[in-house]
Amino acid sequence: MFKNLMSWIEYRLPFMEKMNLHVVQYPAPKNFNFWYFFGSLAMLVLVNQILTGIWLTMNYEPSAEGAFASVEYIMRDVDYGWLLRYMHSTGASAFFVVVYLHMLRGMMYGSYQKPRELLWIFGMLIFLVLMAEAFMGYLLPWGQMSFWGAQVIISIFGVIPGIGEDLTLWIRGDYVISGATLNRFFALHVIALPLVLVILVFLHIMALHEVGSNNPDGIDIKKDNDGSVELTEADKKFTFHQYFTRGGKKVIVDAIPFHPYYTVKDLVGVAGFLLIFAWVIFFLPEGGGYFLEPPNFEAANPLKTPDHIAPVWYFTPFYAILRAVPDQLFGAVFMFLAIVALALLPWIDRGSVRSVRYRSGLHTANLINFCVSFVALGVLGVLPAEGIYTLLAQIFSFTYFGFFILLWFYSKNEKTKPLPVRLT
Amino acid sequence: MSNAPVDHGRRRFLTIATSVVGGVGAIGAAVPFVASWMPSEKAKQAGAAVSADISKLEPGQLIRVEWRGKPVWIVKRPQAMLDELATHEDKLRDPASEVEQQPAYAQNRHRSKKPEIFVAVGICTHLGCSPTYIANDFAAQVEGVSSGFFCPCHGSKFDMAGRVFQSVPAPSNLQVPPYMFIDDNTIVIGEDEGTV
Repeated sequence: MFKNLMSWIEYRLPFMEKMNLHVVQYPAPKNFNFWYFFGSLAMLVLVNQILTGIWLTMNYEPSAEGAFASVEYIMRDVDYGWLLRYMHSTGASAFFVVVYLHMLRGMMYGSYQKPRELLWIFGMLIFLVLMAEAFMGYLLPWGQMSFWGAQVIISIFGVIPGIGEDLTLWIRGDYVISGATLNRFFALHVIALPLVLVILVFLHIMALHEVGSNNPDGIDIKKDNDGSVELTEADKKFTFHQYFTRGGKKVIVDAIPFHPYYTVKDLVGVAGFLLIFAWVIFFLPEGGGYFLEPPNFEAANPLKTPDHIAPVWYFTPFYAILRAVPDQLFGAVFMFLAIVALALLPWIDRGSVRSVRYRSGLHTANLINFCVSFVALGVLGVLPAEGIYTLLAQIFSFTYFGFFILLWFYSKNEKTKPLPVRLT
Repeated sequence: MSNAPVDHGRRRFLTIATSVVGGVGAIGAAVPFVASWMPSEKAKQAGAAVSADISKLEPGQLIRVEWRGKPVWIVKRPQAMLDELATHEDKLRDPASEVEQQPAYAQNRHRSKKPEIFVAVGICTHLGCSPTYIANDFAAQVEGVSSGFFCPCHGSKFDMAGRVFQSVPAPSNLQVPPYMFIDDNTIVIGEDEGTV
């Protein structure tokens, strides 16, 4: 009976076939380390954001008059409202932690290199939409930092010659940030951008499954089936979907099926993540003033600028670059270029060896330089732009872009170590 | 289905023509979506220019009008005040008004169109308090300067052209809004010859 029903459905919608293709018979390299947790964790946080977000809209009031009070209402009067809100606000920061580590993984193991360029581009688009989503979401509580942070970010568009002023007017829908701005940001934050985000995540995974996962060794696990590949006992143990063997033209080595091997492994990552996530929600929900900034506990007041306006921590590396350039227009251009440069990594890196394990010492040093620059800019973006901080921000902006320039030059004829034939 | 040979030229023409017509339609359909983001009539009304009668303004007097929710000052400065503007420029942060806090026609020593009429947004550039106008006893704040604006919140000081003094919290000069004179007695705040 049940079997008949399943085959009736399968004939009309091949659900099991797709599950086999993408989950049960999907070949994943056997040597994933903890760096490979962050992709599935990003999905988990996305689900958390969507779920808690929907529940928050049930009590939130998107208007200049009511927004701040409705957030207070959620925090104080709605049963478990505080938990839903802290899960959402902490989730935003967690999203960026996870995504930044996910991106660093890609950079370390060369996961952006051919043939995974499009996969990387989809990832960068997700990152952009995520930034827009976070920025618009931060306006919604209508606190002081919501208002003035938005003021600063929207005014960045004002530096575009010719159309800048009109563009900011169009974005705000008023001469100042007002209820009109709040309402459209709400609409984009809860409907438009989440839809785009989910579609992009789907495309990201489809693009991943087409080219296959990279791994810490950065070598291919699908070899040409020309008789030269010796299969081990372990290789013969699993059946993978014939789509990946291209009907026998390829043999797959050193791979394990995504399910149950990596679903179970990712569960361990999920448990570890939730442990930290819950700890932050319950004991440090404001993140020491970095996840929820102190001025935001005061309602937006267009006549009173807070002492020191700083964006939330995940924007500060780019904000520091914006401020480091003395000219407003070029500051905005360089901030934009900082993201474009990342998106162009597959073409800036002209090497063919993927993983940092087998690349030159220079490349390792350069990657460390990138991480140090990024973190340093992040710290400087929180601090006021004065004196030594401005100079330091300029130096680290220089080393940030230096990473890409250096990479372009040395990657062409890089001294790399010999690659192993099989995964280590 | 006919077996007539495919006319590729005709097919290409029809494909392109359909795409172009459909594309124009899509752009047309996008207009209301994009245009609805512009300030609504209500927002435009709330942000509209305001006019004020300055015929009864006495020398040394300050009046306030509200524009876009902010207090705008109109001060009629006697000659003595104008003369004084040149005497303390070494104590100012931005005496030549290089930071863009004013329309081009107000980037001069008196920061105004007509030298005697001073127009500025009466909000401290530090944290948005409204400074107090001190007509005669300003020397207690800055030695040798007889009139100016003093912010009671954090002690920022501005001269009679709204230029900020050094070593106070406010970073820049007071903002001068766009304005124009309709006639000798009427001033319009929020609009100038460039915007109408």
